[in-house]
Amino acid sequence: MSRIDLTINGQSKRFDVPGETLLVDLLRDQAGLTGTHIGCDTSQCGACVVRVDGATVKSCTILAMQCAGGRIETIEGIAKGKELHPVQAAFSENHALQCGYCTPGFVITAIDIIETNPQGLDAQTVREELHGNICRCTGYNNIVAAILDAAQRMGVPVQATGERS
Amino acid sequence: MNPFHYHRPKTLAEAQMLFRDAESPRFIAGGMTVLPSMKARLLDAENLIDLSKIEALQGIEARSGRLRIGASTTHATIANSAVVRQMLPALATLAGGIADRHVRNRGTLGGSLANNDPAADYPAAALALDAQIVTSERTIAAADFFTGLFETALTEAEIITAVDFSLPDRAAYTKHRHPASGYAIVGVFAARFGQHWQLTLTGSSAYGAIRLMAFEKQLVKGATPDGLDGVDIDDLPILEDPSFPIAYRRHLIKLMAKQAVAMTIDDVSI
Repeated sequence: MSRIDLTINGQSKRFDVPGETLLVDLLRDQAGLTGTHIGCDTSQCGACVVRVDGATVKSCTILAMQCAGGRIETIEGIAKGKELHPVQAAFSENHALQCGYCTPGFVITAIDIIETNPQGLDAQTVREELHGNICRCTGYNNIVAAILDAAQRMGVPVQATGERS
Repeated sequence: MNPFHYHRPKTLAEAQMLFRDAESPRFIAGGMTVLPSMKARLLDAENLIDLSKIEALQGIEARSGRLRIGASTTHATIANSAVVRQMLPALATLAGGIADRHVRNRGTLGGSLANNDPAADYPAAALALDAQIVTSERTIAAADFFTGLFETALTEAEIITAVDFSLPDRAAYTKHRHPASGYAIVGVFAARFGQHWQLTLTGSSAYGAIRLMAFEKQLVKGATPDGLDGVDIDDLPILEDPSFPIAYRRHLIKLMAKQAVAMTIDDVSI
């Protein structure tokens, strides 16, 4: 058992964890943040994506100990009170979720895609960047539309690529 | 996963000492292979020694006409590095095409080489670019480093610290990705040094990354991508796999090689 400090959604917290504890299990079981989902548990589906020190990671494939001293951002931390994050609002308004299981991972990934492409985005780039996230309802068209919509709300230029909507 | 102790040493010496003293030790870098394998009970360890905070394994620098990249540099860092993009853009492209964005944020150059997965991308680049694999003990030429599927010349407790790439006049990497995993079904790295090419194959060879000597010889005779059409590659040791049959892989190898070579010749398009 080791003691680690993490800053989760802006709040510093201390945890005692065994070496083999995965970040996703710490978030769900110890921090009570069950918005981060476990989908495949084999590092393929992206339902568990969170940001660690500003980079998206699959939290089912990183040890809590590897994050010691780090800054974690999860789906619970992105809205401002009752005001949805622009990506959440765009997902809602574009019907970008069906069963919703993959959505936390997609929303965190989408925020990172938009923030790391301030020069502009198009549908093709968004599709390539979404390679690590799987939606089993296969609602990708609306997810891509929502991300481009959110990008515009966040002041990122969106270029048309002639792709079907 | 089975229980284990986790260690995060700050120096190479500390990491090696931990490894030598611990029961059932294993190194972990980004963990993109180690952790899924441990979760699937394909690998086990009682002591996991994390190399990611060792400063000596970090950094990217150009020196003496070569490019040296620290072993714990992530794929994302290599893909986005201004130095790599300027000096060896094909390597940045290769790194940016590994797996997916989340894996690229964690997986490392040294980890990929040490694992020597036959479908990994970096071994093809290391072989084609005459990379020197710098370790805690010595320097190993890439040609001597890869010794078989998931096998390398690394000894117990030996740690890759950096990879030193030679700089070709032009280089390109073309890859047919597995649609789910992103691993190479066929990946060809082409490096041109003057009028001489070094071409390597990953993803399809039964022995891990290999040189494509028949193509290299043909390119000495005539530097055109179409010249590769007539080259006999029937004796290449290609993996037998019902999903991607040998004839299909052979076709892709020629296609990927022609595209990669075309990208290393000025003013040639296909």
